[in-house]
Amino acid sequence: MTTIPVPLAQPLPADWRDLLALTKPRVMSLVVFTGLCGLIAAPGAINPVLGFTAVLCIALGAGAAGALNQWYESDIDALMKRTANRPLPAGRMTRQTALHFGVGLSVFSVVLMQLATNTVAAAWLAVSILFYVFVYTVWLKRRTAQNIVIGGAAGAFPPLIGWAAATGDVTALPALLFTIILLWTPPHFWALSLFVRTDYAKAGVPMLPVVAGIASTRRHVLLYTLPMIAASVAPWAMGLTGWIYGGTAVTLNAIFLGLAIAVSLNTASEPAGMAPEKRLFKYSILYLFVLFASLVADRLILA
Amino acid sequence: MTPEQEIELRRRQRSRSRVTAILLGLFVVLMFAITMAKMLINQ
Repeated sequence: MTTIPVPLAQPLPADWRDLLALTKPRVMSLVVFTGLCGLIAAPGAINPVLGFTAVLCIALGAGAAGALNQWYESDIDALMKRTANRPLPAGRMTRQTALHFGVGLSVFSVVLMQLATNTVAAAWLAVSILFYVFVYTVWLKRRTAQNIVIGGAAGAFPPLIGWAAATGDVTALPALLFTIILLWTPPHFWALSLFVRTDYAKAGVPMLPVVAGIASTRRHVLLYTLPMIAASVAPWAMGLTGWIYGGTAVTLNAIFLGLAIAVSLNTASEPAGMAPEKRLFKYSILYLFVLFASLVADRLILA
Repeated sequence: MTPEQEIELRRRQRSRSRVTAILLGLFVVLMFAITMAKMLINQ
């Protein structure tokens, strides 16, 4: 075998681990979980192979959107401590590789979804990727402090897609699941942005604590928690779920409200004094996991 | 390109080829399973 000499100007090809990192695997776990919950909670039974493929497509679509997000934001990622070691700002990959990978994975996930399930699910998957890339990343994120209020919709699509994959349509319950995640996103992200606000300020991202201040953001966290509570109790109040979901939702929301009140009462301005914000951020992740798990348990046990 | 870079290049090419082969194999298996599942549903 002969070795072909490589010109000096040619950059090293990206390591596959960096391509994997481009898909934001940690964010993907919540996306996959809520998508799977939407799929299982839907009436009727989907073939396990097709169900698995649908969840795989949701994961691939989310990964593709994450890759395109990192492609577009490599300049501001380089300015933030939290994101500076990502493959693009760290110089371990060319921007073109990230763009090709993101676009290719997007198309692949949508086509595979259409082949395995139905057009409705594939269309919602395409909408979710386009929304995340164009509406959130390109349009909103650098322009308005309300970026995650509207942009939160991007992360709210998975249960809707899962449901559509199983049934071929979208009804009141998946629409409510979408609304829950949409309304959950602001208090979740604002809690985080409070204790990493210097990072956002350095990168010039107009997150609420940077634009409106810490006290205003804390009030917003509490204010946005209220519609989230209403939305998450609604499936039970409307008779779409049983007591397992209802009881869990009420309990989880009571704790969430308590933590949000603690955040609104906090006066610390340095991250070291932001224990209530850190607690709320961590709890909000658990909240969504347990809420959706209770929905599945409700459907499986009480159906 | 230094010898170290050359070694790193070959290492990355090898690992990427391996991962691509595994993913292609899994894709073939998945397409077969999807086809079988669709045939089962249509019967």
